[in-house]
Amino acid sequence: MTEENGNGTKRQGRGLRFLLYLPAVAKGLFNTLLHILKLKGHKTFTVQYPEKRKEVRPGFRGEHRLKVDENGREKCVACLMCQTVCPAVCIDIVAEEAPWDDRDKRPKTFEIDMLRCIYCGMCEEACPCDAIELTEKLYTVSTSRAAMIYDKEKLLSN
Amino acid sequence: MSERLLVDTLRAGLIFGGIMTLVPMLVLAERRISAAIQNRVGPNRVGPMGLLQPLADVIKLLFKEEITPNRADKTLYFLGPFLAFAPAAIAFIAIPVGKDLQVADLSVGVLYVLAMTSLGVYGISFGGWASNSKYSLLGGIRSSAQIISYEIAMGLAIVSVLMISGNVHLGEIVEWQAEHGWIVFYQPVAFVIFLVAAFAENNRLPFDMAECEAELVGGFHTEYSGMKFGMYFLGEYLAMIVMSSLLVTLFLGGWDPVFFELPGGAAGTALSVLCFALKLLAVLFLYIWVRWTLPRFRYDQLMRLGWKALVPLALLNIVLTGIIVSLLTETG
Repeated sequence: MTEENGNGTKRQGRGLRFLLYLPAVAKGLFNTLLHILKLKGHKTFTVQYPEKRKEVRPGFRGEHRLKVDENGREKCVACLMCQTVCPAVCIDIVAEEAPWDDRDKRPKTFEIDMLRCIYCGMCEEACPCDAIELTEKLYTVSTSRAAMIYDKEKLLSN
Repeated sequence: MSERLLVDTLRAGLIFGGIMTLVPMLVLAERRISAAIQNRVGPNRVGPMGLLQPLADVIKLLFKEEITPNRADKTLYFLGPFLAFAPAAIAFIAIPVGKDLQVADLSVGVLYVLAMTSLGVYGISFGGWASNSKYSLLGGIRSSAQIISYEIAMGLAIVSVLMISGNVHLGEIVEWQAEHGWIVFYQPVAFVIFLVAAFAENNRLPFDMAECEAELVGGFHTEYSGMKFGMYFLGEYLAMIVMSSLLVTLFLGGWDPVFFELPGGAAGTALSVLCFALKLLAVLFLYIWVRWTLPRFRYDQLMRLGWKALVPLALLNIVLTGIIVSLLTETG
C-alpha cells in the first residue's frame, strides 16, 4: 500500500511499521541507561563554581596592575602612551612633576575605567617602561559604577 | 457513621498528601535524571543534594507576577489550570494503593479513572483557546486531537485486560493478579499499547504535541505565568502519577508483592503500600527515562501511529484474547 506523503513523495504505508523502530528505541534507552549509571560518558565538565574555580591559562589578560620598581616607586613616567593607544579610551592619566632625578614626570592620578576596558593588552605592549601589565585576575566585580573606575592605589596594589 | 466519615477523610488526606508529596520529588527526579543522561550535574544547591529545589521553585512561582493577556477570555483563562489539575487529583481516589486501601471503593474503578483522566484535556484546550495566542491555540488543538486518538487505543488495550480478569473493579483486578500472576505476562501487547497511549495521554515526550517547546514556544501554557503555570505543571505530573498507578494496577499486579504472602493487619497494608509505591516509582522512572531518550514525534507521525498502528493492533489483540478466553472457559 502506498500513500501520498506531505511533500508529494510516495511512501509505503506505515501501518505496523512502527514496530521497526522499537529496536532502535530499546537501543536508545539502553544507551541513556548507561549514562545514568555513569558507565558511559561519565566525564562531567561542570565546575562547582563558588567552591572550585577554573584555573586561567598563562597569558590570560585580566585586571591591570601598575608595577613598582626596586625602590617602591611606580615605574610609570606618565608618558601617556597607553592612554593614546587604548582603543576603548578607558585610561585617564594626569601627570605631575616627579620629585625624583631619574625622570621628569609621574602620574598624579591614573584611572582605568574597567567598564570600558576590552582587555586587549595594547597598553601593556605600548608601555616603554614596562610599568603596566595585565594580571590573571578574572573577577572584576563591584556594587557600583564608581567603584569600577580603578584609581592609582587600586592598580598599584592589584 | 461519623466514625466512618472520619476514617474516610483521614484516608483521603493521607493518600492525597502522599501523591502531592510525590509530585515535587518527581520534578526533582526528572531534573536529576535528565542531568545524568546528559552528563550534567543538575540542581544540587538548595538543601542536601538539591532536595529542597522543588520548594524553592514553588516559592518562586508563587511570587511571580501573574499576567493575563489583553484579549484573553478571562473566565476560561482562569479556569484552565484548575481543570488541568482537578481531574487528575480526583481520578486517583479509585486507585487501590494498598490492600483494601483506597479513597473510594468504586465498582467501576477502571471506567471512573479513564473518564476523569480524559477530562484533563479540557484544561489544556481551554488554556490554549482562552490565551488568545496562536501558539497556545495550536497546542490546545493538537492536545485534544491527540488525546482523543490515543484514548481509543488505551481503552481497547484495557478491554483485553478486563476480558482476562473479568472485572472492572480495580481492587478485584489486583486480587485476580495476586492469584494468577501479573496481567502483563498474559497481555504483553496490550501492555505496550497502554504504555504508549499513556505517554500520549499525559502529553509526555515523545508525544508532547501540546507543549512542543521547539515549535510552539510551550504550546498551551505559553501565556501562563506564576502559579497558574504552576498548576498546569502540577496537573501534568499528577496526571502522570495517576496514569502510572493505573498501569501498575492493571498490568503489574498493583499492591501485590510477588515473592511473599502479605501478613494480615496493619503490617500487611503497610507492606502492600510499599510494594505499590516501588512499582509506581519504577514506572515513573520509565516515564522520565523515555522522555530524555526519544525525540519528539511529528504531528502526522503521531496520528499515524495512533490510528494505523495502535488501534488496529489493540483490536486484533481483543479478538485473539476473546478467542483464547472463550476456548479456555469452555474446555476448563
